[in-house]
Amino acid sequence: MLAQFLQFLFSGLTVGATYALAALGFTLIYNASHVINFAQGEFIMLGGMLAVFFTAAGLPLPVALALAILVPAIVGVVVEKLAIEPVKGAETVTLIIITIGASLVIRGLIQIWLGKGTFALPAFSGDQPIEILGAVLMPQSLWVFGITAIVVVALWYFFNRTLQGKAMLATSFNRTAAELVGINTSWVLFMSFAMSAALGALGGILITPITLTSYDVGIMLGLKGFVAAVVGGLGNGLGAVLGGLLVGILEAMGAGYLSSAYKDAIPFVLILFILFFMPRGLFGGKSTDRV
Amino acid sequence: MKKSQNIGLLIVIAVLLVVPFIVPNSFYLDLAIRMAINAVIVLGLNLLIGFAGQISLGHAGFLGIGAYASAVLPTHFGWHPLVAMGTGAAVTGLLAALVARPIFKLKGHYLAMATLGLGIIINIALRNEAQWTGGPDGMPVPPMSVFGVEIYSDKIWYWVVAGLLVVSVWASLNLIDSPFGRALRALHGSEVASQVVGVDVVRYKVAIFVMSAVFASLMGSVTAHYIGFVSPNFADFFHSIELVTMVVVGGMASVFGSLIGAVLLTALPQALATFEGWETVVFGAILMLFMIFLPKGIVPTLAAKFGKGE
Amino acid sequence: MLEVKDLSIHFGGVKAVQNVSFNIDAGIVYSVIGPNGAGKTTLFNLITGVYTPTTGEIRLDGEAIQGKSPNELARRGVARTFQNLQVCMNMTAIENVMVGAHLRLDRNLIKAALRFPGLKRRDRELREEAAALMEFVGLGQYVNARADAMSFGALKRLEIARALAMKPRLIFLDEPAAGLNPKETIEVDHLVRKVADSGVTVVLVEHDMKMVMNLSDRILVLDYGKKLAEGTGEEIRKNPDVIAAYLGAHA
Repeated sequence: MLAQFLQFLFSGLTVGATYALAALGFTLIYNASHVINFAQGEFIMLGGMLAVFFTAAGLPLPVALALAILVPAIVGVVVEKLAIEPVKGAETVTLIIITIGASLVIRGLIQIWLGKGTFALPAFSGDQPIEILGAVLMPQSLWVFGITAIVVVALWYFFNRTLQGKAMLATSFNRTAAELVGINTSWVLFMSFAMSAALGALGGILITPITLTSYDVGIMLGLKGFVAAVVGGLGNGLGAVLGGLLVGILEAMGAGYLSSAYKDAIPFVLILFILFFMPRGLFGGKSTDRV
Repeated sequence: MKKSQNIGLLIVIAVLLVVPFIVPNSFYLDLAIRMAINAVIVLGLNLLIGFAGQISLGHAGFLGIGAYASAVLPTHFGWHPLVAMGTGAAVTGLLAALVARPIFKLKGHYLAMATLGLGIIINIALRNEAQWTGGPDGMPVPPMSVFGVEIYSDKIWYWVVAGLLVVSVWASLNLIDSPFGRALRALHGSEVASQVVGVDVVRYKVAIFVMSAVFASLMGSVTAHYIGFVSPNFADFFHSIELVTMVVVGGMASVFGSLIGAVLLTALPQALATFEGWETVVFGAILMLFMIFLPKGIVPTLAAKFGKGE
Repeated sequence: MLEVKDLSIHFGGVKAVQNVSFNIDAGIVYSVIGPNGAGKTTLFNLITGVYTPTTGEIRLDGEAIQGKSPNELARRGVARTFQNLQVCMNMTAIENVMVGAHLRLDRNLIKAALRFPGLKRRDRELREEAAALMEFVGLGQYVNARADAMSFGALKRLEIARALAMKPRLIFLDEPAAGLNPKETIEVDHLVRKVADSGVTVVLVEHDMKMVMNLSDRILVLDYGKKLAEGTGEEIRKNPDVIAAYLGAHA
C-alpha cells in the first residue's frame, strides 16, 4: 500500500519537476510581456532532442548538455525578436496564434531534420534503482529533483537579490514605469525568452533518460506545463513550481489509482476545474480594472 | 445587405454551380466537398473569433463529437443517422454551454485555455473508449439516409454541402447586419461600451460559442457520413489549429474571408501531402507571417486597399 | 428621481468614496465637481453599475440599484459616456450609435439569420434615427465614417449620440469636455444644453468651471471621496470650503 503510494509519488514528483520548469518558463514570459508562449513545450523537446543529437555526434556529455541548453535559448531569443517584437501591443488572440505558429515551425523542422523516432539518453549516474520503503526510485529522479531545486533557488536569488532580476520583476509589474526609471525593457523581454527556453530545455534534458524523447513530446509537456502555471496562478513563480509538482503528482496518482488510459487527460480536467472554481489559481491575487 | 455582399453571395452561388462540371476527376470533386465543409465550419468559428473576439483552441473536439455521434449511435444502437446527428449537436451545445458560462464570467482570455483542455480531453476519450469508438484506428460510419434513401454518391453530397454553404453564408451575412450581429461586434470593440448600452455580455458570448460549436458538430456529422469513416485525428489539437489558421488567413470578422481561408488551407495539406514535416512548418510559418504582416487576413486587407481606391 | 445614501467604496486601503449622500430631481442638470482624484468617476462607476459599493444605497425612482450590472441599469433607462472613451473602433460611427438602440430592438438571432420580414425595415428606420442623432450632436458629416478615423473630440460626441440612442431618462456624462480645445468646449456646452432641454436628466462631471456654472441647476462638490458641499451655482461659488479646496482662482 505505502510502497505503491510512494511509487506514484516519486514518479509524479519527477515528471512534476519538468512541469515546474516549464511552468516557470511560461511565467517568466507572461510576466515580461503578457504573452502566453505556446512554444514553451517545444523548448522542452529541443532540450532532449538536441542532447541526444550532440551526444550521438560524439561530444562529451557536459558539452552536449550545455549546448542543448544554449541552442534552445538562442531559438527562444530568435522567436522573440522575429515574432513577438514586431507585433508588440497586438491583441492577445494574435499573440497566442503567433506562438502557436512558432511551435509548429520548430516542431516541423526537428521532424524533418531528426525524424520521427524515439530517442534515449543514458542516465547521468547509472540505472541502479534505489529502494525506499518498498518503492523504487531511479537515480535519474534524484538528478531531476536536485537540479530543479538548485535552479529554483538560483532563480529566487536572481529575482530577489540581484539588480537585473529586480529589474525584470519591476518590468512585470509596470512596464512603463520600469522604462521611465531607465530599465531596458527590451533587454528584459530578451532575457525572459532566453531564460524560459533554457529552463524548458533543462527540464527536457533531465527527463529524457526516464521518459525518452521524440519530435512531438513538446505538445503535451508544454500544455501540461501551462496548466501548471495556471494552477499556481499565472505570473506567480512559486505558484508555477508548486503547480508543476501538483500536476505531476495528481497525474501519477490518477493514472495509478484510477485509470492509466486517461493519464494525459488529468491535467486538462484539472485546468477546467481550476478555471471554474479558482481562476486565479492557487496564488494569484484578485485584480480590478480601472474604467 | 450591402450591394457588395449581394454580389459576393451571387459569385459564391455561381462558383458552386459551375465547379462539378469543370472538375477533371473525382479527386477534385472530393477536394471541393471538403473545402465547402471546412468553409461552413470556419464561418461558425469566425463568428466566435473574428466577430466576438474570443478564441477557441479546441474546436475540432466539437467536430469529433458530431462525427462520432454519427458513427457510434447508428452502429451500436441502431439509431437513424439524422437523429444521431441531432443528438450529437444537442450534446455539443449542452457541453459548450456548460463550459462557457463560468469561463465567460471571468475577464481575460480564459476561453483559450478552457477550449484547449476540453478539446484534448475529448480527443483522449475518443482514443480510449475503443469498444465504442474503435480506438485510435477509428471506425466506419453508416451512410446518411433521408426518407429511407441512402446517400452514397459524391455528386449528391456535393449538392448537399453546397446548399448548406450557401445557406450558411446568407445567414451569416444577415446576422452581421442585425442587432445581434452589431452587439457581437460591439462586444469585440469594447465590452464596457456594450455593457452600458444593455448588451448582456456573458449571455452573448455564451450564445455565440454554443452556436459555433453546434455548427462544428453538425458539420462533423456531415463529414463522417460523407467520408464513411472517422478517426480520432479528426478531433485533435492540430486540426483545431488548422481551423483557426483558416479564420486568420481568410480574415477574422469576414464572411467571404472564411471561405477563402477554408479553400486555401484545405488545398494546402493536399499539396504538401508528401512532405509531412514540411506541412507542419508551412502551417506554422503561415500563422506567424499572417499575424505579423497581414493580421486582418486576406479579404479585409484587399477590401481596405480597394476601398481606398474608390 | 435618484437618491444616493451613505455611499462608500473601498479599494483595499483606498477609500475612494466615503459616505456620500445626495438627491437628483428629474429633468435637471446636476454637476459633480472636485479636484482630480476626488472620486467623481468612481462615483459615476458606482451609480452606473461598473462597481459595487462597499456600503450605502442608490435608489432610482425608489428601486434599489446598487450593485446591479451596467446592462441592467441600461434597461432602466440609465446611459453614460466615458472620460477616456469606450468606442468600438472596429465599427463605423453610425453603427456605434445604432448599438445604443440595442435594447429597443428585436435581438433574436434566428429571426435575424433567416431575415424575417420587417427586420430589414426596422434596421433602415434605426439607421435614419441614428443619422439624425449624429446630426443632433453635430457629427452629420461623419455618418459613414469609420470610428477609428475620427478625432477624439468627435468621438466624445459620438458617445453622447450613442447614449441618446438608448432614449434614456438619465444620462451620465463623464468629463465631456476633457481634452477639447476652447471652441470644441463651447460646442459641447451647447450640446449638453440641448440634451437637457430634450427632457433627459443630465448628471455631469466636469472641470471646466464656466461650463459647469452655465449649465448646472445644482452642483455637488467632492473632495478626497467625501461630500464637501452641495447647492446651486451661486451657493457653491460663495462656499468658503469649496473655494479653499478647489475653486481658488476660478471663483
